[in-house]
Amino acid sequence: MIYLQLFAEFFRIGLFSVGGGLATIPFLTQLSEKTNWFSLAQLADMIAVSESTPGPIGVNMACYVGMTTAGIGGVLCAAIGLITPSVLIIFAIARVLAAFRQNRWVDGVFRALRPMAVALIFAAGVSVCRIALFPNGQLALVPLCIALLAFAGATWAKKVHPIAWIALGAVAGIAFL
Amino acid sequence: MHELWALFSTFFRIGACTFGGGYAMLPMLTRELVDKRAWVTQEDLADYFAIGQCTPGIIAVNTATFVGYQRKKYAGGVVATLGLVAPSCIIIAAIAAVLSEFTSIAAVASAFSGIRAAVCGLIFASAWKLFRAAVVDAFTLALFLVGLVLSLACSLSPVLIILLAGLCGAARIALGGKKA
Repeated sequence: MIYLQLFAEFFRIGLFSVGGGLATIPFLTQLSEKTNWFSLAQLADMIAVSESTPGPIGVNMACYVGMTTAGIGGVLCAAIGLITPSVLIIFAIARVLAAFRQNRWVDGVFRALRPMAVALIFAAGVSVCRIALFPNGQLALVPLCIALLAFAGATWAKKVHPIAWIALGAVAGIAFL
Repeated sequence: MHELWALFSTFFRIGACTFGGGYAMLPMLTRELVDKRAWVTQEDLADYFAIGQCTPGIIAVNTATFVGYQRKKYAGGVVATLGLVAPSCIIIAAIAAVLSEFTSIAAVASAFSGIRAAVCGLIFASAWKLFRAAVVDAFTLALFLVGLVLSLACSLSPVLIILLAGLCGAARIALGGKKA
């Protein structure tokens, strides 16, 4: 029974959160109040953990709630519940897209969408910047160096796997922060 | 069958190396999908991200579904998405009990401050690559700048911004703009 509930609740969350994983948080707050599966304090913990473990934050949150509520079965129900609505919606869109991709209008729309999407990514970069490089409101030198190094590495040392820069960041963090 | 496994394992790797949200996945996506395997172009990625911003669900998941569908239709979409979420499921199921303690260790906090900084650099690197693919003329540059200002200064919803761009694109075609 709880498995079905988990699936249904996370299906709902997956359906209504638009954008990034952090969009799931207001819904998770509601879920906590509604089901008492976890407290708000635990939610704060989960957010911190989900930002630290690999994988998209929203998925991590679902897995964490699922695990603490109903073990491994819970993990699967919550995670699959979360991704099902978007998978179905994307399938519908992708099908239509495939048929219309060559259409002049569709092409024109996408040529305009791309720079906007890139602008949003830059904006996201800026917000991450604020958290990462200005931890106490002032520019922190070590994070700045790490960020510059990662940027330079990713742009000019293309053969190097991105995870290397992340690992470097972790090591530098422990050493200098 | 071999292709489906390739999809699963590629997105498994991507999911396992992504720290800190969907945008942090961009460098991995570019590397695995564009550079290494040429499954999609840089432009395609920008398109999927644009759509993924407006549709429900997590942008990372949406992108996986898109790419999976491109390669192997419905089976591909399902397999790629499952691949992406599998590392999360495994890791969290394995260490959920000790995760809270794990995050309160000081060294861990320092490590993640460092990781956040690295992710910052990586996001800008990916954004720069996408910029070169997406901004090709004055029109697209204008859209980029407007989008940047709107999202930084006005905190307008990303959905609205993307829809605005779509309208501009359609309007341009309607007014007889040539294909660039």
